[in-house]
Amino acid sequence: MQAGAVPALRIRGLRKAFVDVQAVNGIDLEVAKGECFGLLGPNGAGKTTTIEICEGLTDADEGTVELLGRNWKTGADELRQQIGIQLQETQFPDKLTVEETLRLFRSFYRSGITVDESIKLAQLEEKRRSRIGGLSGGQKQRLAMATALVGDPELLFLDEPTTGLDPQARRHLWDLVEEMKREGRTIILTTHYMDEAEQLCDRVAIMDHGKVIALDTPKELIATVCSEDIVEFAVSGSQVPKCEGPGAPKVDVEALKKIPGVQSHRVDDGVHQLSVSELHTAVPRIFAALEEQGLHLSEFRTHSATLEDVFVRLTGRNLRDE
Amino acid sequence: MSNPKKMSLETSSLFQLTATRLKLTLREPEAMFWIFAFPILLALGLGIAFRNRPADVLPVGATTPQLTQALAADKGLNATKMDESAGTHALAVGTILLLAEQRGDGVVYRYDNTNPDARTARMIADRAIEVAAGRKDVVTAENELIHETGSRYIDFLIPGLLGMNLMGSAMWGLGFSIVEGRQKKLLKRMVASPMPRWQYLAGYLLSRLVMLVIEVVVFLGFARLVFGVPFRGPLWQLALLCVLVSLVFSALGLLVASRATTIETVSGLMNLVMLPMWILSGGFFSASRFPAILQPFVRALPLTAAIDAMRGNMLQGVQLSQLMLQVGILLAWFAVPFAVSLRIFRWR
Ligand SMILES: Nc1ncnc2c1ncn2[C@@H]1O[C@H](COP(=O)(O)OP(=O)(O)OP(=O)(O)O)[C@@H](O)[C@H]1O
Ligand SMILES: [Mg+2]
Repeated sequence: MQAGAVPALRIRGLRKAFVDVQAVNGIDLEVAKGECFGLLGPNGAGKTTTIEICEGLTDADEGTVELLGRNWKTGADELRQQIGIQLQETQFPDKLTVEETLRLFRSFYRSGITVDESIKLAQLEEKRRSRIGGLSGGQKQRLAMATALVGDPELLFLDEPTTGLDPQARRHLWDLVEEMKREGRTIILTTHYMDEAEQLCDRVAIMDHGKVIALDTPKELIATVCSEDIVEFAVSGSQVPKCEGPGAPKVDVEALKKIPGVQSHRVDDGVHQLSVSELHTAVPRIFAALEEQGLHLSEFRTHSATLEDVFVRLTGRNLRDE
Repeated sequence: MSNPKKMSLETSSLFQLTATRLKLTLREPEAMFWIFAFPILLALGLGIAFRNRPADVLPVGATTPQLTQALAADKGLNATKMDESAGTHALAVGTILLLAEQRGDGVVYRYDNTNPDARTARMIADRAIEVAAGRKDVVTAENELIHETGSRYIDFLIPGLLGMNLMGSAMWGLGFSIVEGRQKKLLKRMVASPMPRWQYLAGYLLSRLVMLVIEVVVFLGFARLVFGVPFRGPLWQLALLCVLVSLVFSALGLLVASRATTIETVSGLMNLVMLPMWILSGGFFSASRFPAILQPFVRALPLTAAIDAMRGNMLQGVQLSQLMLQVGILLAWFAVPFAVSLRIFRWR
């Protein structure tokens, strides 16, 4: 971040309460120009509320928001011209075609790319004259993206651009975001896919219950919050065959935790997870300990930590509701 | 100009909003039916049902051959002989309007005196029987017949249907699509763009005016060609009235839709607003038939004012300057709902 440069976004002490919930509970953020910034968190974490306050669509109870050196009170008209917005859920009129929709949105901006360019960018050339009602989920999402891009925005807000899409459509959208990054736009996106954040974002803020609980590059987050590898296993008793359901054999957790290198333990749906720092020495001992307890491994695997594990470590919960 | 992009319709947001709105309306087949086909079908149906028939022949019954013969002698009656029980049944189902029964020396007429046709039948039947019995007219009379356009039911009906149609299409047109846009977060997406908010609403009003031209020309053209309905007042004043009426109901549609978040709510509200006017505002029959105590209320309704003014223009050739009461009522019904809905309108 260049010292003294105006940040693309600066949030201070943001709070917002709805009738029954404190949706945003004191957030400070700064996003540099040209950065791709991710807001990550489970359902109801307050991502949409935060981003919509930034977009000037929701009023905050407390705190200040500054975009590109302007604020919504005095610079709204200019800001609207400079930013592009994709909302979490917008249904464009089914009976309008792709081209008509983009022409409409283009007319709102003083300057921007042409309708043709936006269609090409979103790779919707074949669907140019199709009605929106006949588009696939991924195509609709790309159209929403195109409406955010027609004004050639400096700052782009994308609220869950890939939720509900199949893997191929997601990759397609990622390519589009990468393209935006290459063009030097600032991007702020929300997601609850960790792989998406790791792939796209320069920095990530992990949100939970209206607060930012961690903020760094994906690499750093993983390195500082859980540098270890993750060992996952499931057991069945040595005599008894698999699939005993609730009566699954008891694992002596304390014994496992005493093994040098094992940092923590948790169980999720019958699968035990250990975070382990010295994988090569710890794994043989884990095997030995389980054998000693008369337990039989039915599953065993290791992987290096991901943002998902960071979240689990920070909150003790899984990112997505089961 | 230093503007990099040439100003044109293509880049005018107001034009694009209006054009989009028009396209969406025209691509909705049901809306097309209600706006264009329905009023024409209704006019056609009612026009045929209530057409002025050339000298109606009224069906009557009589219990004796002599009475039947006496009645049949009059060209205005079509008499059938039937016994009393058959006659009672025929009266009840409406195949005859009157039954003449012999009672001793005299005659008894059985008919429904609240039915104008039956009352006419009573007069003709009585005359026929008296004449058959030897009555002589003391004064000689001749008939000179007039069938004036402008005084028929269809003439009365057309301005009424026009008013109701303008009300329906403006209210449904705005109400539904605004609430749908809110429900689908399209409104929110629009205000997230630099679109000036007033243009969104102005786009609705302008597209309404374009639709209005088509709607009114098609409907009145039909009424003129098929029924020969008169246009006695200046056409430009009628056009002005149509625009005003459409604006009034657009404002009401906007008001009704300004906060509702579901189609069910807005449909309910819309019916609540329109139903009283369908009944009270004199579309199908004169509003002056309602009791005097209701009259101030009935007169203050926008649809009553609209229909009165349009009837005045079309049927009596009244000048706009003499319709200032109605115009005033309409202007008030435009200004107040419009101002209120701008204040309470919810974009999300
Ligand atoms: N308009 C509203 N009225 C009342 N409560 C709201 C409103 N909008 C959001 N909330 C509540 O605020 C909290 C945060 O919601 P928000 O939509 O910001 O979460 P999110 O992180 O975007 O979740 P998701 O991943 O599901 O989109 C939730 O508990 C939600 O129920
Ligand atoms: Mg959200």
